[in-house]
Amino acid sequence: MAINSSIPAGDSIFRAESLGDRALLITLGDRIDPCLNDRVHQLASLIRNSGLPGVHDLVPAYATITVHYDPSAWTGASTRPQEALKSELIRLWQNARTEALPAPRLVEIPVCYGDEFGPDLGEVAERCKLSEHEIIARHTAGEYRVYMLGFAPGFAYLGGLDPSIAAPRRETPRLKVPTGSVGIAGMQTGIYPLDIPGGWQIIGRTPRRLFKPSLEEPCLLQPGDRLRFVPMDVDTFHAWVEDHP
Amino acid sequence: MSILVGSPGILTTFQDLGRRGYQHLGIGPSGVMDEVSHRVANLLVGNPAETATMEITLAGPVLHFETDLMIALCGGDLSPEIEGQPVPQWRPVMVRGGSRLAFGKPIKGSRCYLAVDGGFRIPSVMKSASTHLAAGFGGFHGRPLRSGDRLETGPSPRDQYPALQLRFNRERRPFLGADWLASWFREVDFARPSALRAIQGPQWSSLTTDSRARFLEDTFRVTSNSDRMGFRLQGPKLSLKQPMEMLSSGVATGTIQLPPDGSPILLMADRQTTGGYPRLGELASVDIPKAAQLRPGDTLRFMIISLEEAQDLYLSREARFRELEQILADRRNR
Repeated sequence: MAINSSIPAGDSIFRAESLGDRALLITLGDRIDPCLNDRVHQLASLIRNSGLPGVHDLVPAYATITVHYDPSAWTGASTRPQEALKSELIRLWQNARTEALPAPRLVEIPVCYGDEFGPDLGEVAERCKLSEHEIIARHTAGEYRVYMLGFAPGFAYLGGLDPSIAAPRRETPRLKVPTGSVGIAGMQTGIYPLDIPGGWQIIGRTPRRLFKPSLEEPCLLQPGDRLRFVPMDVDTFHAWVEDHP
Repeated sequence: MSILVGSPGILTTFQDLGRRGYQHLGIGPSGVMDEVSHRVANLLVGNPAETATMEITLAGPVLHFETDLMIALCGGDLSPEIEGQPVPQWRPVMVRGGSRLAFGKPIKGSRCYLAVDGGFRIPSVMKSASTHLAAGFGGFHGRPLRSGDRLETGPSPRDQYPALQLRFNRERRPFLGADWLASWFREVDFARPSALRAIQGPQWSSLTTDSRARFLEDTFRVTSNSDRMGFRLQGPKLSLKQPMEMLSSGVATGTIQLPPDGSPILLMADRQTTGGYPRLGELASVDIPKAAQLRPGDTLRFMIISLEEAQDLYLSREARFRELEQILADRRNR
């Protein structure tokens, strides 16, 4: 019986194709969509908990999951390694549709907005024709979704920015944006987990560490999390930093 | 057991087989560029495959050995020498305390791996000793080696290769290599252009017919804009049948991306975990070590093979490693 790697079922698709000889790319859709992304995280969770042999990394993204595996763990069956793994994944996906979604975690990110921590807050306010106060209010009103992590350790691709506070990237990127900086770039908002160059409009800074390699769980955020920004004042910011070396 | 770093070389870092289990957090695998040379070096000195080795790039470091040590050097020929005498590669070598290992001109390839009997004492971060250069953690304090760094190693030499050790103790030479070598894996073909086998990627069919032909027939050059993250290639400009806006999605080591400027990028060990460019193809895993030995200016060509062939090649290579392991297990007693 041929293994069907592309299974439409109603409006949900499942396509599995090779990404080289040690990875499989599973595609569940083609857009940025919260429900689709929920299914991505649900399937990733199922795969992780299934203990499939030789699978050492799962990378969920907006609409895909990349499964990194060792082909040596999938020999011995009458089918080739990738076909054997694919059928297991299809089976998991078919079960997924009857399983409840795991409850997402909600992470609160305290942010000190403006002044030295948010040098671009004024510019964003001007572009959006709102007061700085309004920008902060709208930024903290929303609940954001962590669609995926990528680009740098602990860097979250967030969805849910209020379109009225979207602002284009800076014309000249900064050579170094301090760790913890909270920024806006187009319809994206995010937090810099490291000191890296960047062109985002920086509106504030969080004292929370997004990434600490020595920790058991090195990243504060995980794919599928929900996030809220909470305003904090400068004194609280400095107190926090002192309390959490 | 200590090694003192004199001059550090252009890019000398500790790497192992890569950091696994954290890519979903944006933490790339890092790890050795040339897995084969790393593994053979470790096998030769009786270390487990996952033991960190020192990855040496092009212009190598000067290392002062404070005590006697058994080492193995595998990879490209970067002209390792002690007191003006070339140090042989692909075999166990006893080095006397007080010796100074230096590297001269890179003759062939670009990366060479130094394994020491007993391993380097490198702390594990997220279950790996690999250096994550961009984020500055792992390996030796998250950075390339610098002058004055002191490296600790496990106790050496351990109870292996008794005949070699006996001869070494009798003779007064600063180093002594075994009179045999692990030649099986020394077959990295340094002829140029290098032929790299790849399998079709998810967006292969989005290339124009002409671009697909160009990809298979033309020669590409590794530009100087190339490093452990990836190699920017110069050659025929490739184009898609129509412009694509792709969502960010996972990539693999060996993925060949096509950015809007039409010049492919070959992703290597320090790649990011996700990307938004079309993926034309992925190198067969067995040819990643070959790519790892390319230098800026080197030329290469691509050959498309099937997934089945690529996985067969991978499984055969693993079988050969198991054989080599058994042969060496026996030799270590002699």
